[in-house]
Amino acid sequence: MSKPKVGFNWLASCGGCEEAVIDLEEDILDVVEAIDIVFWPCAMDFKKDDVRAMKDGEMAVCFVNGAIRTSEEEEMAHLMRQKSQLLVAFGSCSHMGGIPGLGNFYSSESILKNSFIESPSTINEEGVIPQTETKVKEGILTLPKFLDTARCLDQVVDVDYYLPGCAPPVNLITGAIQAILENKLPPKGTVLAPDIALCSECERQSTKPDVLEITEFKRPFEIKIDPEKCLLAQGLMCLGPVTRSGCGAACIKANMPCTGCLGPTSRVKDFGAKAISGFASLMDSQDEDEIDKLLDSIVDPEGTFYRYSLPKSYLHAICNTVRNGNGKKGA
Amino acid sequence: MSNGQETPKDFEPKIVAFFCNWCTYTASDLTGISRLLYAPNVRVIRVMCSGRVDPQFILAALREGADGVLIGGCHPGDCHYQEGNYKALRRFKLLKRYLTRMGIEDDRVRLEWIAASEGDKVQKVVNDMTEKVRKLGPLKLAPITSPEDFEEEANKELAAAGVEGA
Repeated sequence: MSKPKVGFNWLASCGGCEEAVIDLEEDILDVVEAIDIVFWPCAMDFKKDDVRAMKDGEMAVCFVNGAIRTSEEEEMAHLMRQKSQLLVAFGSCSHMGGIPGLGNFYSSESILKNSFIESPSTINEEGVIPQTETKVKEGILTLPKFLDTARCLDQVVDVDYYLPGCAPPVNLITGAIQAILENKLPPKGTVLAPDIALCSECERQSTKPDVLEITEFKRPFEIKIDPEKCLLAQGLMCLGPVTRSGCGAACIKANMPCTGCLGPTSRVKDFGAKAISGFASLMDSQDEDEIDKLLDSIVDPEGTFYRYSLPKSYLHAICNTVRNGNGKKGA
Repeated sequence: MSNGQETPKDFEPKIVAFFCNWCTYTASDLTGISRLLYAPNVRVIRVMCSGRVDPQFILAALREGADGVLIGGCHPGDCHYQEGNYKALRRFKLLKRYLTRMGIEDDRVRLEWIAASEGDKVQKVVNDMTEKVRKLGPLKLAPITSPEDFEEEANKELAAAGVEGA
C-alpha cells in the first residue's frame, strides 16, 4: 500500500506552526515513516506547479496554517482544498484569524501607509506603496493584492478539521495525525481538542474562589504573581474560563495568564464577546462610575479579548463607515 | 455617509430589542394597552432578564442585519433576580468600548431602564432611537467574503474573458 500523501502550507503566519511540527521531535520520524510529504514550502523544495500537477484529492490531508490576507494566499487556499481530501486548519490564524487578524482593527490602506511610509524606521521618500502591477522596461512586475481584511481558512474554503493553538500543542498534533492514520476521525468540522474550558485542566483550579469578585484588573508586570494561586483571583486577565483546554495550561505553568489561543469551546460563536460577558460578570461593582473606573484598568480590551479571533467574530473587522477614514487606534 | 453610498430615501431602520420579562416587556404591553403609538421599527425579543442578554446576541443581531440594538431592563435595585441588570450594565459598558473601536456609533446600541409602569417611556425611547438610527443610516459591517462569492467573482472573470459555461 502506498503511503498517504500529506501537504503542509503556510499563508499569513509567523512560522511558529512549522516549528510546532518540528517540536514532535523523534516522533516526527514515525510520522515520516507512515506518510509521504509532498508539499511543505518551509522545509522542502516543492513548488506550486508540483501541486497544480496533482490530481484533485491526490493528497490525503493538507495542514494549512496562517490567515488569508493576500490574493496569493487565497489562491493557495483554494488549490490546497482542491488537491486534498482533508483540509485541516492548523493553528490559531487559520482557525480564527489569529494575530494577523488584528489587522482588521485598521483599514488596509492605513496598514500599507503605516508599514511603508509612516513607521519610524522606514525611509521611503517617494512614498511608494506596493502595487499589484508595476511597469518596468522589461515588462510588467506583479505582486499579490493586499485584501481588505484578514480571513480565517473556513471563510475562504471548506475546512474539515481544526487544530487550534498558537502554535498547536504537540499532543494535539500527534493525536490528530494518529486519528487520521487510523481513520478514527470525529464528525467533520470538529476542533481537534477537548471541548471543555481550560480551568478544568489547570493545576490552580483548587485555589479559584467560588465567587470571583474583581475590583481591579492587573497586568502581569504590575504585580508579583503568586505561582500557586488562581490568576483570576490575583486580578489578572486570564482567559482560561472562556478558552478550550488541550494545552495543559502551559502558559499558566509558566506563571503567565492564558491569552486564549485555543479559541472557544464549541457552544461559543464569538470568543471575544463571551470573554466580555464573562469578565463583566466577574467585576465587583454596581455603581456606574466605579464600573467605568474598573473598566479603565483593562488596557486594550478589544486586543485582549479578540487577540486571536477577530476575523472569526461576528463583526469581523472595523465598520465600512470608518474604514475609509482613520483606521488608527485612539484617534 | 462614507463608503460612497447614500442612505436610501426610504430607509427604515431595523432595531432588535431585548426586553426583560418583568419590567420593560411588561411596560411595552402597557404602551399598547394605553394605545400609545410608537415606531414599528423595533422587533422585540422577550428575555427573562437583561442579564440574560449575552453580548453575542447583540453582535449576532448586528451581523444579521439589525441597524441598532436596544436592551431594556429593570431600574437599578428593581431586578427580579436581584442583580441581573447590574450584570447587563457591566457587560454593556465593556461591550461598548469594543463597539466604539469597531466604528459602531454610540446611538446604535442602547441600554435603558424601563419599569413595568413606564409605558410612555417605551414609546419615547423607541421613537427617539428609531430617529437617531435613521439619521445614522444603514449599518455597514465589513463583509466576510464567502467561498461562493469567490467562485462568483472567478466565474465573472472567466465570463469576461469569454470562457463559455463558466
